[in-house]
Amino acid sequence: MASHLFCGRVNLNILREAARKDLREFLDKCSGSKAIVWDEYLTGPFGLIAQYSLLKEHEVEKMFTLKAGRIPSAAVKNIVFFVRPRLELMDIIAENVASEDKLQPRDVHILFVPRRSLLCEQRLKEKGVLNSFTNIDEYILDLIPYDGDLLSMESESSFRECYLENDQTSLYHAAKGLMNLQALYGTIPQIFGKGECARHVANMMLRMKREFAGSQTQILPVFDTLLLLDRNVDLLTPLATQLTYEGLIDEIFGITNGYVKLPPEKFAQKKQGEGGKELPTEPKKLQLNSAEELYAEIRDKNFNAVGAALSKKAKIISAAFEERHNAKTVGEIKQFVSQLPHMQAARSSLANHTSIAELIKDITTSEDFFDSLTVEQEFMTGVDTDKVSTYIEDCIAQKDPLIKILRLVCMQSVCNNGLKQKVLDYYKKEILQTYGYKHILTLKNLEKVGLLKPQSTMRNNYPTIRKTLKLWMEDANEQNPNDISYVYSGYAPLSVRLTQVLARPGWRSIEEVLKMLPGPHFEERQQVPTGLHKKRQPGENRTTLVFFLGGVTYAEIAALRFLSNMEDSGTEYIIAATKLINGTSWIKSLMDSPEENLP
Amino acid sequence: MAFVTANWNPLGDAFYRKIELYEMGWNLKDGLRDCLVAAAPYGGPIALLKAHNRCSPSARPQLEIFSSSGLPLASFPWKSGVVKQLGWTVSDDLLCVQEDGTVLVYDLLGGFKRHFSMGNEVSQSQVLETKIFHSPYGTGVAILTGALRFTLATNIDDIKLRRLPEVPGLQGAPSCWAVLTQDRQSKVLVANGSHLFVLDNTACTPVTPPGLSPQASSIVHMCVSFSYKYLALLTDSGHVWMGTSNLKFVLLLFSCRCRRPKSQQPSAVVMWDGLLLVVGECKETIQYHLDDDSILVPELDGVRIISGTHHELLQEVPGACEEIFKIASMAPGALLLEAHKEYEAASFGKCFLSNFPPEQFVSMCRDLRVLNAVRDYTVGIPLSHTQFKQMTIQVLIDRLVYRKLYPLAIEVCRYLKTPEYQGVSRVLKYWACYKVCVCVYLFTPLLYSNILYFVLFLQLLFNKVALNLSKLTPYCMPSCMLVYTVVMYLKNELNRGDFFMMLRNQPVALSLYKQFCKHQEQDTLKDLFNQDDDHEELGNFYVKASYKEQRLEARIAHLQSAVDEYYKAKNEFSAKTTEDEMRLLRFQRKLEEEKGEQLVGFSLHDTMTTLLSVGLHKHAEQLYKDFRVPDKRFWWLRLKALAEKEDWEELEKFSKSKKSPIGYLPFVEVCIKHHNKYEARKYVSKVTLEQKVKAHLAVGDVEGAAEAAIERRNESEIGTVLSRCSATTDHLLVERLNRAKATVAKK
Repeated sequence: MASHLFCGRVNLNILREAARKDLREFLDKCSGSKAIVWDEYLTGPFGLIAQYSLLKEHEVEKMFTLKAGRIPSAAVKNIVFFVRPRLELMDIIAENVASEDKLQPRDVHILFVPRRSLLCEQRLKEKGVLNSFTNIDEYILDLIPYDGDLLSMESESSFRECYLENDQTSLYHAAKGLMNLQALYGTIPQIFGKGECARHVANMMLRMKREFAGSQTQILPVFDTLLLLDRNVDLLTPLATQLTYEGLIDEIFGITNGYVKLPPEKFAQKKQGEGGKELPTEPKKLQLNSAEELYAEIRDKNFNAVGAALSKKAKIISAAFEERHNAKTVGEIKQFVSQLPHMQAARSSLANHTSIAELIKDITTSEDFFDSLTVEQEFMTGVDTDKVSTYIEDCIAQKDPLIKILRLVCMQSVCNNGLKQKVLDYYKKEILQTYGYKHILTLKNLEKVGLLKPQSTMRNNYPTIRKTLKLWMEDANEQNPNDISYVYSGYAPLSVRLTQVLARPGWRSIEEVLKMLPGPHFEERQQVPTGLHKKRQPGENRTTLVFFLGGVTYAEIAALRFLSNMEDSGTEYIIAATKLINGTSWIKSLMDSPEENLP
Repeated sequence: MAFVTANWNPLGDAFYRKIELYEMGWNLKDGLRDCLVAAAPYGGPIALLKAHNRCSPSARPQLEIFSSSGLPLASFPWKSGVVKQLGWTVSDDLLCVQEDGTVLVYDLLGGFKRHFSMGNEVSQSQVLETKIFHSPYGTGVAILTGALRFTLATNIDDIKLRRLPEVPGLQGAPSCWAVLTQDRQSKVLVANGSHLFVLDNTACTPVTPPGLSPQASSIVHMCVSFSYKYLALLTDSGHVWMGTSNLKFVLLLFSCRCRRPKSQQPSAVVMWDGLLLVVGECKETIQYHLDDDSILVPELDGVRIISGTHHELLQEVPGACEEIFKIASMAPGALLLEAHKEYEAASFGKCFLSNFPPEQFVSMCRDLRVLNAVRDYTVGIPLSHTQFKQMTIQVLIDRLVYRKLYPLAIEVCRYLKTPEYQGVSRVLKYWACYKVCVCVYLFTPLLYSNILYFVLFLQLLFNKVALNLSKLTPYCMPSCMLVYTVVMYLKNELNRGDFFMMLRNQPVALSLYKQFCKHQEQDTLKDLFNQDDDHEELGNFYVKASYKEQRLEARIAHLQSAVDEYYKAKNEFSAKTTEDEMRLLRFQRKLEEEKGEQLVGFSLHDTMTTLLSVGLHKHAEQLYKDFRVPDKRFWWLRLKALAEKEDWEELEKFSKSKKSPIGYLPFVEVCIKHHNKYEARKYVSKVTLEQKVKAHLAVGDVEGAAEAAIERRNESEIGTVLSRCSATTDHLLVERLNRAKATVAKK
C-alpha cells in the first residue's frame, strides 16, 4: 500500500507508520461508530497517511465536509471534527454543534491538526460549546512522507506567511517536524543553512534539543547532514518553466497531494466489448509516485527524452507478451501466466503515460510555449534584462493569463537584480490597466518578498552568481544528462548548485557568492551520543537531508535525484519541503485580490 | 549536647523549654514599642508599622516587612489611611485594615495586590477593633464598628459580609472578644463585664463558662487556641479559665495567649510586662523573665516570642525529644544519639535497632535537612517538625515561592523527591509566571524555551488554575498560537493605548496580531497602522475596504482616503494609480448611465474592449488619451476588438490609418484566428521582411514562405518551411529549398 516509501535509501515508512499509529489511537479513543467532519484542506495531506480503509477499520462510517449549518444526518455514536486550528473554522464548528439534535445526543470530538490551540478553545468557549466536546486532541502532522525520498509539510501558504506576513508558525512546525524525524532516525550531526528562515529553524531545533536534553534517543544517525535552504535565496528557479516530465505535468495540470487530474478524453476505455460508449466526463485522477515502475523511470527525465523512453518500454512490453508464443511446456505457460498481472499493469501504466505525454506534447510544441521559453532563457542568460521586453508587452496587450505575465516580469527583475524604476513602473502600469487596479496589492506583495524590485545603486550581481555557480550550461544534454542543468534545458537551479557545491568542494569555495545571496549562511554541529558515531564503510555514501523552506519544485527534486544517482557523487539526498510548488502556484499564493477572499 | 536538657522546665508531667531561634537581624530603634506588629504563623513573615501619630497626620509611617530572622523583605512609606490592624493570610499576604473599613492586600514583598471594603456600615461608623482569623474557608476579617456592631467576612477571597446581631446591654466597647470557628461556622465570643455572649449569624446567646469563679467581676482577656479547640479567659480578679467547655484554671494578669500542645495537658501562656507565665492543668507555673517588649505568636505546638532583639520558641518538649534525653532511655532515638556520640555518625546506630524499618530514619533525616535549610538565617522560616507535617511540603514550597526562593524550592522538591507536577514543574510555573510579569520583552526570550511553563502561566491567567498538569505535554501549542494567546490576553487586560505601545516593541507579536485583525477585526488594524503612522499600509487598507463596498460613492470615498495616505507615504505611483482608478470608476458610471453598458468594475483594458465592441470608438479613444495607454497596446486592442466583431472593413481602414506600431503580423494572425484567410492575405505584403516567412506560413502559403526564406538566406527559416512541406506534393519546392539550404550552409 505504501510501497513507494520503501524504495529510497531511508525507509520513510517508519514515519508514516508512526503517524498512522497515532491516528488509530485517537480513533479508538472515541469508541463506537463515528462520522468524520473534515476541514477540506486536510483531506489531501491525510490521504498520504491513511486511506479510507484504515478509517473504516476503526468504525468510521461517514465522512462530511465541514460546512456551516447542520451536520448531515448519520446514525453514528460519535462526531469527530478534523480541523486546522483556525478561528474561522471554530465558528463553523460551534454552529454545527449548536444545531445538534438535543434529543439524540452524540459524542462530539475535535482533533486539531497539527496542534491544538488555546485561542481556538477559547473561541469555542465564548460560543458556549466547549463543554460539548468529549475529547479535544491534537494530531501532530508536520512532515508527511510523500515519496521514497521526499517529505512535505503540505503547508500551502508557508512562503507567504514567512516572507510576507512575518508569521513563522510554519517554521516552528518545520523545526518540530525535524525534531520528530530525529527521534525516529537519530540525531543529525551536521546542520548547514542559508537564509534567515533557515537560521531561525536551526536555532529552534538547537533550543528544543537543549530542552529535551536527557531524553535523547539511542538511534544510529541515518542522516549525516541537514541542509536548510530559504526559498528566497533562490527566487529564480520556481519562476522558470520546469522541463522534466513530472515538472511539466505539474506546470500544466497541477499535482496536488500526489494526485493529478487529467482531461478525460485521452483516457477513454478502449476495452473490447464496450467500445464506442460515451466518453467519461469526470477528470481522470491518477496517483503519481515511484511505486509505479515506469513513472519512477521517466519522471525526472527531460521531456524531450521521454518519448524515446516510452517507445523503448513499449517494445520491451510487447516483446514480453510475445513470449507466450515461445511457451511450449506447461511449466513455461504457468510461469508466463504468473507474470501476466505485472505485465498488464505495466501495459496500462504505459498507456497512461503515453496519453499524458501526448497531452504535454501538444503544449510544448506550440508556438506560445516556445516563445515564452525563449524569453525565459534569454533572461536567465542575461540578454536584455534591463529593457522592457517586447514579448511581455505583447502578452499583456493580448491579455494572456496574469500569472504568466507576473512570472516573466518577476524573472526579469530577479535576473537583473531589480528593474530600472522606469521599466518597473511601466510594467506595473500596463498590468494594472489591463488586469484591473485591484492587483496593485498583489504587485506590492511581490515587491515585499523581493520578487519585484527597483534597481538599487548596487551593481547587478546576477551575472557574477550565474558565472560562479555555472547556472547556465550552453550544451545541456537532454537525453543523457551529465549535469543538473538538463532539468531546465540549460539552467541549473541555483538551490541545487548550492547543495552540490556544499557536498564538494564545500561552501568555503564560494564565500563571495554566498555573501551576495540574502540571509546568513551557517554551520552547526549536534553532539551525537558516544557509541552512535557512524563508522562509514569505504564507498558508502553520505546521506543529506535538504529542507526547502518556502517550497521546492519537481525539477529541483529531479536535479537532486540526479546528483544522488551520479556515480561518483558520494552523497544521497532526501528532500523535505514546506510544500511542493511551481511558479504558478507560488505566485498565486502571493496574490491579493480583494474580490476573491481565498480562505 | 550534654546540656540539651538544661533549659527544660517541668510542669506537671511534661517539660517546657524556651530555645532561641534567631538573634534578630533587624535594627529597630525603639524595639517593638508603639508598633502595630503582625507575625504570620508557621514561622511566617513579620510586618511592622509604627503607630500613627495622631498629632501630625501628615507624617508617613514606614511599613516594614521582615522575615522571621529579621531580614528586611520590604519597606515602603504608608500613604493610605489610618491602619487599625495588620494581619497575614494563609497564603502569606499582608492585610492592612484601615479605620474606614478598607482592607489593603499586599504580598509579602510589599507589592500591592488589591483592596476591598468591609461595607458601607463599617466605613460610616469607623473601625473600633478588628481581628484577623483563619477559618476552614480561608482567612477572615472580623470588625467591631464604632456602632458596637460586628461585621464579619470568613473568606477574603470570596467576600460575603455578615453583620452579626446586636449584643444586649453593650454601652461601650466590650472588654474583650475573640473569633471562634465551630461547626464550620465563625462565631464571635464577646465579654461585656462578667457577661459572656456567643454571636452567630442569627442570634446572640449568653453563655456561662462552667466553674468560672463567681467573684470574677469582669473578663478582661480571652484567647482561642491555634486549633480553635480551647479557649482561655482572664478575669480582673486574676483568674485564668481554660477549656473547651469544661476545663478550669485559675491565675493572673495582662496579655494572654493560649495554645494547645500536641499531647498531654493543655496549658496557657500569660505575658505580663516583663514576666511570662506558663500555666498548666496541674496548677503549677513556670516563670520566665523578659527583658524587652515582646509579642507572642501562637503556633501549633508552642509560642514564639519576638522581641526587639531576639526570636525565641517556647514549647512543650516533644515526646520524641523527651524519649531521647530521658535518663536511661532505650528508645530508638536515644540509641541513635548514643551511636552519634560514639562514632560521630548517628546512622551507625541503626544496627542496634532490631525490628525497626529504616524508611522512617531516612525520611526523618530528609525532613530535618529541609527544616534546617529553611530555618537558615537567610531564609528565615523556623518550623518545628510538627508544624512542618501539619503544613505539608506543598505549602512549604509555596512559601518559598512567595519569597521568590525558586532555586531553593526546586532543590527541596528534588531532595524530597516530590512528584514532578507537584514539585519542580509547579515551582517553574511560578517562576515563569514571575519572570513573565517582570519581563518587559514579553515574547522573545520565552518564546521557545519553557513554553510549557509559559502556557501554564497563561492558563493561570485564564483562571484555569485547577489544571491537570500531567495531561499537558511540553510544547503543547505552536509558538504563534502561544503568542496569539498572550496577545489576546493582554488585549483584554491593558487599555488600548498601552496595548499598542507594548506591541510596538514586539515585531513578532505585532505582525501576528495584524494577521489576526486582518481576519477578525478590520478596524483595529486601521488603528494599529494609524498609531504607527504607517501610511502605506493604511492606503492598502482603504484600497481593500473599497472593494468590499457595493455603493460606488463609498468605494470612491475609500479610494480617496487611500490616495491621501499614499501621498503621505510619498508613494507617488500608488497615489496616481489609485487616482486613475477613481477616474475610471467615475467614467464607467457616467457611461453606464448614458449608454446602459455594464462597465463598473472592469479593468481599463476591458472597458475599452467593451466600448470598441459596441461601437463607442470615441469613448474608447478618450480613455486611450486620458490614461495614456501605450500605442502598441491600443492597436492590439482595436485589432482584436474589430476582429471579434468581424468588422473587416473597419479593420482594413484602421490598418491604413497610420503605420502600425505593432507591425502587421498580428493582423495576419488575428484574422487567421478568426478563420478568415482572405482578410489575412491582405496584410501579408505589409509584414516586415523578418516576419514574412511566418506570415506566409500563417496563411498557408508555403510557396510564398519559401520565396521569402530563400531570399533572406536564413537557414533556420528554410528549415521551418521545409518542415511544413510534404515530400509528395511539394516535391519541387523541397528540392529548391534543400539547394538553397546547402548554399547558405556553405557560406
